[in-house]
Amino acid sequence: MSQAIRNASRHVSRNEGLIFEKSSPGKRAFDLPPLDVPSVDPAKTFGQKHRAEGVTGFPEVSEIEVLRHFTRLSTWNYAIDIGMYPLGSCTMKYNPRVNELVARLDGIATEHPFQPQSLSQGCLKIMRLLERCLLEITGMDALSLQPAAGAQGELTGLLLIRAYLETQGNARRKVLIPDSAHGTNPATAVIAGYEVENIKSNPEGQVDTEKLRELVTADVAALMITNPSTLGIFEQRIAEIAAILHGKGALLYMDGANMNALAGVARPGDFGVDVMHLNLHKTFSTPHGGGGPGAGPVAMKKFLEPFRPIPVLVEKPGGELSLEQDRPYSIGRVKAFSGNFGVLVRALAYILAYGPGIRQATEDAVLNSNYIRKKLEGVFALPYSLPSMHEVVFSDAIQKSNGVGTMDIAKRLIDYGFHPYTTAFPLIVPGALMIEPTESESKEECDLFIEAMRAIAEEASSEPGLVAHAPHATRIGRLDEVAAARKPRLRWSKEGSS
Amino acid sequence: MRYLPKSPAERNEMLAAIGVQSIDDLFSSIPEPFRLREALKLPGPYSEAEIIQYFRERAKESSVSYTSFLGAGVYNHLRSVVTDTIIQRGEFLTSYTPYQAEISQGTLQAIFEFQTLMCQLTGQEVANASMWDGSTATTEAVLMAERITRRRRALVARSLHPEYREVLKTYARNSGLEVEEIPFGLDGTLNQKTLESALRDDVAAVVVQSPNFFGVMESVATLADRAHSREALLVVAVTEGVSLGLVKPPVEADIVAMEGQSFGLAPSYGGPFVGVIATHEKFVRQMPGRLAGQANDRSGRRGFVLTLAAREQHIRREKATSNICTNQALCALAATVHLTLLGKEGLREMAEQNLAKAHFALGELEKIPGVRRAFEGPFFNEFTVELPRSVDSVNRQLLREKIIGPLALDAFYPELTNHALVCVTETTTRAQIENFVSEVRLAIALAREPR
Repeated sequence: MSQAIRNASRHVSRNEGLIFEKSSPGKRAFDLPPLDVPSVDPAKTFGQKHRAEGVTGFPEVSEIEVLRHFTRLSTWNYAIDIGMYPLGSCTMKYNPRVNELVARLDGIATEHPFQPQSLSQGCLKIMRLLERCLLEITGMDALSLQPAAGAQGELTGLLLIRAYLETQGNARRKVLIPDSAHGTNPATAVIAGYEVENIKSNPEGQVDTEKLRELVTADVAALMITNPSTLGIFEQRIAEIAAILHGKGALLYMDGANMNALAGVARPGDFGVDVMHLNLHKTFSTPHGGGGPGAGPVAMKKFLEPFRPIPVLVEKPGGELSLEQDRPYSIGRVKAFSGNFGVLVRALAYILAYGPGIRQATEDAVLNSNYIRKKLEGVFALPYSLPSMHEVVFSDAIQKSNGVGTMDIAKRLIDYGFHPYTTAFPLIVPGALMIEPTESESKEECDLFIEAMRAIAEEASSEPGLVAHAPHATRIGRLDEVAAARKPRLRWSKEGSS
Repeated sequence: MRYLPKSPAERNEMLAAIGVQSIDDLFSSIPEPFRLREALKLPGPYSEAEIIQYFRERAKESSVSYTSFLGAGVYNHLRSVVTDTIIQRGEFLTSYTPYQAEISQGTLQAIFEFQTLMCQLTGQEVANASMWDGSTATTEAVLMAERITRRRRALVARSLHPEYREVLKTYARNSGLEVEEIPFGLDGTLNQKTLESALRDDVAAVVVQSPNFFGVMESVATLADRAHSREALLVVAVTEGVSLGLVKPPVEADIVAMEGQSFGLAPSYGGPFVGVIATHEKFVRQMPGRLAGQANDRSGRRGFVLTLAAREQHIRREKATSNICTNQALCALAATVHLTLLGKEGLREMAEQNLAKAHFALGELEKIPGVRRAFEGPFFNEFTVELPRSVDSVNRQLLREKIIGPLALDAFYPELTNHALVCVTETTTRAQIENFVSEVRLAIALAREPR
């Protein structure tokens, strides 16, 4: 290993098999209080449908073994709690622990979605206050907290657009999506019943407004834009874009994945956006948890309000809050019950911690990304030179000449004690290195990251093989993903995984 | 601000390094008219103590001192402190989707174990990790059946959770899928005669829930035969996973859509929970959602990776099997830890206690004059009774005694006036059941008296 690595060392982590491999009949890790009513014979109740043998293959282990098993597994993970996690587009920021505590309080975690609303005022007040905060941050008029994640927020938003256009007499056929967009955008448009038409970005990485003018016909329902774009660049002609769409009766949808660049600084409601979603697990710090859960609230302008998914939170005369199910123009229900409520609690706790100071978080996020950009410019190629906001996208063009690609650099970064940046996205940058530090990184951590990136760039020319075969310090090397996909083993079985 | 790790001096140093005068210069790309000049009107900033105080106050305006007999897709079960201890480890809590396998083996192996547990429970060959909840899993299962069969009709039991049916309809509306409801018979299960006449060669899927919304077991094997005779798929939704500790898994189903809330997740006013789709291996490439698979590195060491990503939106974009990206990974981990703790015997015992307590409660309720069981057929921990009075009037009385009564079914099924869906789990004590029954008796008697 290179001597240049000064912020990471190898350490011992225990090996651990699958839990099923540790099982031995008769062990258990959970006891119930004794049954205080007469027992019922399941064989008699269920007859042929009785599972007399129990769940075949279920583990039988003790409590200490369960705790150690999962603790050992946990030590094989990288996490924000360990260090910088500069995944572009993912906004991996600090997850405050007080948010975890309040989401678990009795009276919050214990509440049933079908309990009487008179007993749910605490939960509903939390939802109400969160709605108000998100409306203030986005500058929009109405909100739904129902969607379970960003992708479901997108779908909800497009269904609102469709419902509105239907009342105008024509739902239209197409949704326009820039080629720099997240993959969820086109996938969502299809579920909403729209054809996808991609718009090529202009040489500056922005939406080509001339092209847009041609493409926006009476067939177009909406443009789904990400602003700042996935290049981390603000769409400078956003007002013109909105005007082009509105001029033809189409609407502007904004993917709010990058709101961490805007909170407290600019509001989508002010620059022409009709409907947008937020990712509470990005901008508002609810933990990613290895892939979820998230929440994808949808904010909209007044004219879309009647179409909101049910249930809709309303304030009755006298101040009592209520979830209304009967809404004649609603697009319907997108998820059972009342949204990912526990995630909403955490997001509100985050916002309350900052208050108006949320602007400072945004400023620090933009400061960090520009600092990194400045220090790495020239070392890595910068395909688009407009000012960066919360993230910066380089390419591997310089390193490629030595046969070192973005994935290799990313894997080598692991040896330096960092999680990789986002590789190979956005699609309009071949060999992209998409870096989003967030506001949670100190200058020291940014400097260590910059030092690591510079060292790797150096290695890419002096010792390209070292980078191409990274990582070297991890408990396993690069896994053969091609073989794994060709003959998938997706579960353990006694006879050997099949 | 305590979450921000920079001093004013460091900020200035960084600005100087970038070569700008002030932080505002970094926002120059936002057109002038859109730059906020005033501070947002948000409550805060709050200290940690104030945040806790705010939520403690909200938590008081709740059902916390009440006994509840609600289920209907969200169940109260015992949870071990070990589960919460594990999922609050920062290495799990604050990690991203495990795309970088070399430093995500903890999450990946746990997902692989989750997939295995879900297969063992459901009797299916493969299971994903994960969907947003049971309602969206059921919807995605139907869309998957549509892709597999290339047919455009779904026959959905009216005894499927009403909110699940509504979610399905929202999604179906624009995907060209026609959703037709099949009524339930006098026994509360799907009416097979109606099914037979609706089942033609254009049906992609027959969709049932078992135990169904009324708590009654559906005849999965028979329904599978019927569906298969027309080359349609059978989708079985499971909202109460603990039942699988005692009940034969729906092996005859082609796709199982399960809600995993019962496995260690708090009711949390409706989420976050965890949905799962389990199916036959031959359908795996039509399955939505993430999958972890076993793989080896160059030295032959076993590890796990996200696999078959060619189904997913980040690769396939508009041709993906679903738009799902962020899922419910941490909830899936909680379910994995919880089920590992329970193990084979613990799950069986928990299921047996549910069975016994629900049957005890029904027996006691049936002793009240005018109360009768609405649907015959085996049930697990939920059952439907018909009361001689409106359920709402009884529940209002119960509420005064700090009891949250059963779900009034007429909110979802206008034809089921005076019908109540009662849920009793292992968390309810005999004394609580007896108190509930005597309060129901009293409420009915009170209501009978002339005012």
